[in-house]
Amino acid sequence: MSTALTGPSSSKASRVIGLLALASTAILLLVGLVLSPPEVDQADSVRLMYIHVPSAIASLYLAFGVTFIGSVIYLRTQSTFWDLMAHAGAEIGVMFCAFVLLTGMLWGRPTWGVYWQWDPRLTSTVISFVLYLGYLAVRKMDLDPAVRSRRAAILGIISFANLIIVRYSVQWWRSLHQGNTVGRDTQMDGLILFSFFWGILTFTLIFTWLLIHRFRLAWYEHQAGATSLDDAIAARRAERTPPLAGEAL
Amino acid sequence: MSEGPVVELEGAVALVGGFPALAGADLRLRPSEVVGVRGPNGAGKSTLLRLCAGLVPLSRGTGHVMGHDLASRDGRRLARRSIGLLGHATALYDDLTVRENIEFWSGANRSLHADIRGAMDHMGLADRLANVPVSGLSAGQRRRTAIAILLARRPRVWLLDEPHAGLDTAGRDLLDQLISDAAAAGASILVATHDRGRIDDVLTRTVHLEGGMLSAVPT
Amino acid sequence: MSDRTVISDARLVLRKDLRIERASKVVISQVVPFAIMTLVLFGFGISPDARVVLGEGASRSVQAQVAPGLIFIAILLSALLALSRSFGVESADGTLDGLRLAGLDPAGIFLGKAGAVLVQLLSVGVVVTSGAFLFFSVQVDWTIARAVLLVTTLGAATAGIAAAGTIYSALAAGLRVRDTLVPLLVVPVLAPVLLGAGQAADAALFGATVDGWPWVGALAVFALLYGWVGIISFDSLLEDA
Repeated sequence: MSTALTGPSSSKASRVIGLLALASTAILLLVGLVLSPPEVDQADSVRLMYIHVPSAIASLYLAFGVTFIGSVIYLRTQSTFWDLMAHAGAEIGVMFCAFVLLTGMLWGRPTWGVYWQWDPRLTSTVISFVLYLGYLAVRKMDLDPAVRSRRAAILGIISFANLIIVRYSVQWWRSLHQGNTVGRDTQMDGLILFSFFWGILTFTLIFTWLLIHRFRLAWYEHQAGATSLDDAIAARRAERTPPLAGEAL
Repeated sequence: MSEGPVVELEGAVALVGGFPALAGADLRLRPSEVVGVRGPNGAGKSTLLRLCAGLVPLSRGTGHVMGHDLASRDGRRLARRSIGLLGHATALYDDLTVRENIEFWSGANRSLHADIRGAMDHMGLADRLANVPVSGLSAGQRRRTAIAILLARRPRVWLLDEPHAGLDTAGRDLLDQLISDAAAAGASILVATHDRGRIDDVLTRTVHLEGGMLSAVPT
Repeated sequence: MSDRTVISDARLVLRKDLRIERASKVVISQVVPFAIMTLVLFGFGISPDARVVLGEGASRSVQAQVAPGLIFIAILLSALLALSRSFGVESADGTLDGLRLAGLDPAGIFLGKAGAVLVQLLSVGVVVTSGAFLFFSVQVDWTIARAVLLVTTLGAATAGIAAAGTIYSALAAGLRVRDTLVPLLVVPVLAPVLLGAGQAADAALFGATVDGWPWVGALAVFALLYGWVGIISFDSLLEDA
C-alpha cells in the first residue's frame, strides 16, 4: 500500500468541463424559464421539455452508447479502461433515465391530464430503464472479477440491441392506435428551438463531467483492488504454520 | 508423447470469488506418479484440482497441463480433454437412472462402448442398480457411478478430491486398485485426501497444501 | 472426435433434458397447472361482466378481448419457471463442470437446452391457449388462415422466449441470486415479444390475418437473432462459470 491509490477524481480538463456545464446550465435556466415564451399548445409545461429531451438523449444515446462501445472494446481487448467506462456509462444512464421518466410524467400531467400515458417513448424508456437496472445487477454479482466483466460486457452489447428492439416494437405497437404525441410539426418559436438545443448541449456537458468523475472513481477502486490482491495473497500465504523448508517441488 | 511433467504449476494463483484460494502454488506431476495432497480444511485443495482441470482461470504465475497453457481459454479447453475429475459433487442428474446418466456422460465424453460396459461391470453397476434413479442411491453408490464415468473417459490425468468419502471398505479397495492400475498404465494422479493409512501404499509421494501454497512433505 | 458436431451435441443435451422432464414431470405437473392458475387469476382481475362495444350492436366480453395478450403473459410467467428448472438441474450437482470437461460444443449446449425449453413451452402454450378459449369464452370465426396464424405465432413467440431466456439464464448460472436475477433480466427483453405475439394473436382471433403476419415476421426475426446470439456467446458465458 505504498503508492498513492487515490487522488482527486477531477483534473484540469474535468474542471473546465464542469465550469462550462455550470455556465451552460445557468444560461439554460435563463433562456428556458425566463426569456423563451410559452408554447402554443403546451403553454409553460414545454419548459420541462428543455431538460426532458436532453436527458433522454444523454441517457439513451450517450450513456448507453458508451456502455455498448466499452463492452465491445472490452471483449476484444480485455482493457480495464473500457470495462470501467462501460460500467460508468450504465450507472449515469440509469440515473438520467430515471430523470427522463420523472420529467416525462410531470409533463404528462398538465398536458394529458394524467401522469402516465402509453406514449411510445415513455413506454420504451421505462423498459430500457429496467434493462439497464439488470445490467447493474449483473455488475454486482459475486463472481471472479474477470468473469463478471466478461458477462457484463456481453450483456452491455445485447442490452443496446434490446434498446433498439424495444424502441421500435413499442413505436409500431402504438402507431396502430394513435399518432406520436411528441414531435408534431408545429411552428416553433426561435427561442423555444434554441432552448432545446442549448439543453442538449448542457446535458452533454453534464454527462461528460459525470462520466469522467465516475470513471476515475471506478479506476481508483480498481487500483485499490489490484493492490489488495497482493495483500490478499500475502495474507493467504501467512496462514501457513509453520513455513516449511524446500518449497520447490 | 512428451516424457516431461504432465502437470506443471509455478507460482500459480487462482481466485475463487476474488479470494486467492491458491496463492502461488508450485507443482510438477509426471506420468505414472500418484501424488497425495494433504492440508487443513480451506487450504485450497479443491481449487488446486479445479485449476488443474482447466475449470478455474489462472490469475498469476504459469500453469500447464499436457503442455496446454492454463492461462488461456483455448489452453484450458484443450487441457480438459485429458482430465478425469472426481470432485465433491458427482456431476450426476438426480432424476435420471444410473444407466441414463452413464449413457449421457459417456456420449458427451465420447467414451467407447466397450469401456462403458467394462466400467459399469467393474463398479458393480451393471445389474439391479443400473435402472435406479440417482436420487435413490447412497453416497457411496453415487460415487461408484461417478467413478465409472471417469473410468470410461480414460483420462491421462486423474484429479480426485477426497475420493474415498462415502465408500465402503470394498469400494475403497477397488478405488485404490483402480488408481494403481491407472498409474501403471501411465496416468498421472493427484489425490486430495485427509486419510492417513492404507491410501499411502498407492501414493508415490505426498505434498502439503496450506495457505494456498504447496510444500514437500519430508519422508 | 470425427463425427462430433454442434447438432449431435445439441441433440444429446436436448434428449437428456427431455428425459429429465419425462422422469420428473416437473413442467407437466407443476408449471402447466401454474399456467392455468394464472389464467384464472386474470379472470379475477378482469370482470367477467365487462364488455367492449364493437359497433352495430355487437359487443364482446373484455376477458375475450384481452385474451390474446393474457395467453402470452401466462406463457412468459411459465417460461420463467421452466428456465429456472432447466438451469436448476445443472447447478445441483456440479454438472455444469461436467459439461465443460466433456468438451461439448457450447453452441450445442445452448441449442439443446433452448430446444428442450422450447418443447416444454410449446406444450404449455397449447394448454394455455385452450384454457383461454375455455375460461374467457373466446368466440372466433375459424378459418384455416386464422388457425395457421395462431399456431405460427405461438411457435415463433415461444422460440424467441426460449432462446433469449436460455442466454440470460446462463448469464446468471451458478449464482445464488439466479432465480431472482433472471426475471429482472429477461422480462424487459421479452417485452417486445409479448407485444408482437399479442398483436399477432389478436389479428388471428378477431382481426384480419394480414395484419398479424408482419408481427409474426418480427417475432421470427427476434427468435433468429437470439438464436444466433446464443450460438456465438454461449462459449463465453459458460467459460469459467
